[in-house]
Amino acid sequence: MNLLHIAWRNMQQRGFATILTVFSMALGVALVVLVMSISWTITESFDRNSNVGYNLIVGARGGSLQLVLNSVFYLSKPIEVLPYDDYLELLPGDERAKEIKRIGGRIAEPERAGLYSAYIQGGFAIPICLGDYYGPFRVVGTTPAFFEKLRYGKMNDSEYAFSAGRNFVDHSPEHGFFEAVVGSQVASAMKVKVGDKLQTTHGDPEGTGHGEAFTIVGVLAPTGTPNDRATFINIEGFYLMDNHARAFIDPAHPDELKVDVEREASAAPDRLPLQKRDVVAVLVKPGNPLFAVNLERPVNKTMRMQAVSPILEISNMLAMFVGPVKNALLGLTIVVCVVSGISILVSIYNSMSDRRRDIAVMRALGARRDVVLVVVLLESMLIAILGGAIGWFAGHAVGVACADLVEERTGLQIGFLNTITVYELTLIPGLVILATLAGIIPALVAYRTDVSRNLGA
Amino acid sequence: MLQIRELKKSFKLPDGQRLAVLDVEQFTIQDAEQMALIGESGGGKTTLLHCIAGIMSPDSGCIDLDNIDLLKLSEAGRDRVRAAKIGYVFQTFNLLPGFTALENVRLGMTFSNRKPDPQRAVELLRRVGLGERLHHKPSALSVGQQQRVAVARALANRPTLLLADEPTANIDPANQQRIIDLIRESCAEERIALLIVTHSMAIADQFPRVDRLEEINRVHVGVKN
Repeated sequence: MNLLHIAWRNMQQRGFATILTVFSMALGVALVVLVMSISWTITESFDRNSNVGYNLIVGARGGSLQLVLNSVFYLSKPIEVLPYDDYLELLPGDERAKEIKRIGGRIAEPERAGLYSAYIQGGFAIPICLGDYYGPFRVVGTTPAFFEKLRYGKMNDSEYAFSAGRNFVDHSPEHGFFEAVVGSQVASAMKVKVGDKLQTTHGDPEGTGHGEAFTIVGVLAPTGTPNDRATFINIEGFYLMDNHARAFIDPAHPDELKVDVEREASAAPDRLPLQKRDVVAVLVKPGNPLFAVNLERPVNKTMRMQAVSPILEISNMLAMFVGPVKNALLGLTIVVCVVSGISILVSIYNSMSDRRRDIAVMRALGARRDVVLVVVLLESMLIAILGGAIGWFAGHAVGVACADLVEERTGLQIGFLNTITVYELTLIPGLVILATLAGIIPALVAYRTDVSRNLGA
Repeated sequence: MLQIRELKKSFKLPDGQRLAVLDVEQFTIQDAEQMALIGESGGGKTTLLHCIAGIMSPDSGCIDLDNIDLLKLSEAGRDRVRAAKIGYVFQTFNLLPGFTALENVRLGMTFSNRKPDPQRAVELLRRVGLGERLHHKPSALSVGQQQRVAVARALANRPTLLLADEPTANIDPANQQRIIDLIRESCAEERIALLIVTHSMAIADQFPRVDRLEEINRVHVGVKN
C-alpha cells in the first residue's frame, strides 16, 4: 500500500464532499477550456476574415475602419460613393478602354489606360456597390470576378465554391442581368434555393422591395467569412434598379471634358451608361504585392479617394477590442479556478478536525510528519487533477456540442481535438501549483498533529 | 531488549506549573518476555507506553530498545524505529474506518523501510480468524473482530516488542480471554516481547511476570515543582 492509495482511500471516506470539490474544480477548468476554445474560434474566424484575398480597399475619403467594416464585414453604412470613372482608373493594362467600350456612355479620354494601371498590372480590381438589403442581410452588387478571382482562408488559397448552382454571369439568356448568389447563412435563414426569386429593399432591412427581382443561381458553400451572410447580385442588374443611377453632377469629372462612347455590339440589352454609375469601394490586388504600398500613396493624395489595407485595419481592431476582451475572459476564468482551489482548501481543512485521530494512528504506526503532510498534499492534488481532467473533457465536449451552431455562424469546424491550444499545456502545472497551495494549510495541520493527545480522541 | 533508566516525564498545567507523571529509575524487558503492568487509572501507564513507543518525548532519561537509545534519535528516527520494531495495540483499536481489514493490517507495514509483505497481512488475518473478512471495513466488523484486526496490524511488521494498552477494556467479557490468548500465542510464536498494560488482576495473573506501576514509578501523585 503506497501513499497514493492512502490518499485515495481518505478521499473515498469523505465521498460526497470529495465529489463536490472535484465538481467545483471541474467547473473552473471547463470554463478555462471553453474560454480558450472561444478565443481560438474568435482568432480563427478573424484570421479567415482578415485574409480577404486582396491587398487594398479603395473608397471615398473618410474613416478607414468604417471603409473596412463596410466593405469586408458589410457593417455600418457606406461613407460615400465614388464615380465609376475612379474605378476604371484602377483597372490594369488596357482593361479600362475595353470596359468603357463594353458599357458605353460619356467619359473623358476613353482610349488611355487607367492612371493606376501600372500598379495593378497582373492583378485585379473588383467594384462593389452596397446599400440594399435582402431580409436582414446586406446585398452586394459586384461582378462575377468576385468569386472567380478572390480567395479566402488562412493561407488565402481557398476558392469560392457553390453548394448548389453556379456563379452569376454578366448576362444570361434566361435571366438577363438579374442573377444572384446567396451566402450559406442567407440561404438557410431565408429558406431559399437555386431558382428562387429575391427582391431587395433599398437602404432598410424592413423596407418594401424595389426594382427587379433577381433569380438565385447559386448558393455559396460555407466559408467562415462575412460572405456567408451576404447576397451578391450582378452589378449590371444593380445599376438598372430604381434609384441606383447617379442623380447628381460629378464635379470631379466635368461633363465638358467627356466624349460619347458607343457601346460595342452585343446581344445583351443596354446597360446603365458610365456617367450614371457609382461604386462604394473597389477591392484591389496588384500583381506584385509590393506595389500595394506604392499604390496607397498616390491614391491617398487625391482629394476624394483613400486606399486602406484591410489586414492592417482588422489587426488594429482586434488588438484594440478583441484582445482585451479575451484577456478579461481568461482572467475571469482563472479567478474561478482560484475559487475552486479555495474550495479544495476549505473542504480538506474542514475534514482535518475529524481526521486528527486517523493521522495520529498513522503516526503511531510509524509514519513520519512529512509522510502525513505528503498524504494530505496528495489528496489535494488528486482532487485538482481529477477535477481538471473532467473539466478539460467537459469544456471540449461543450465545444463539440455547439459545433453545428459555430459552423453555421462562422464556417469553422469545431472538433474535440482541433480546438486544443498550446496554452492548455499550462493547465497541468497550473493545477499542480493550485493543488499544492490549496493543500498546504491542511497538510501543515496534519504535520503538527499531536499524536499522543489525539490517539484517544 | 528494552532498558529504561531514570525516565522522567511531566506535563505543563494551565497555571504554568508542571505535573510530574513518570519517574522510573529502572525498567527492563528481556527478549520474548511476556509481562503485564498493572496500575490505577491515571497513574501514567499510557504515558509510559507512549514514551517507550517514541510517540511522546520524556523530559529526561534513557530508553534503550535493541541497543538503540531512542532519546538520542530525532523524531523522524524514533518514527522509523517504531515502524520497524514496535507493534501497538490500542485500547480503542484505532482502526482507520475508510480502510478494509486487510488494508488496516497492510498499513502497519507501510511506514517501515522493510519491503511490504501483502501475503503476511492475509495470513495474519486468517490466524486471527478473519480470513473471510479481509475486505470488510471496520463498520462491518464486531467489536471483537475489530480488536483482532488491531492485533494483526500490530504484528504485521514482525516487531521485537508489542505494546498493548488495555486491549480488552472495550471488549465484552466473553471475548476478553480470546483476545489475550491470541496476543500471547502470536507473540510466543514469533518470539516477540510483550508488555500488556491492564487494570485487571484476572488478566495480569496469567502472565509469568507482573509489575505494579506504583513500584517502578517513583511518582504516585502529581508533584508540583
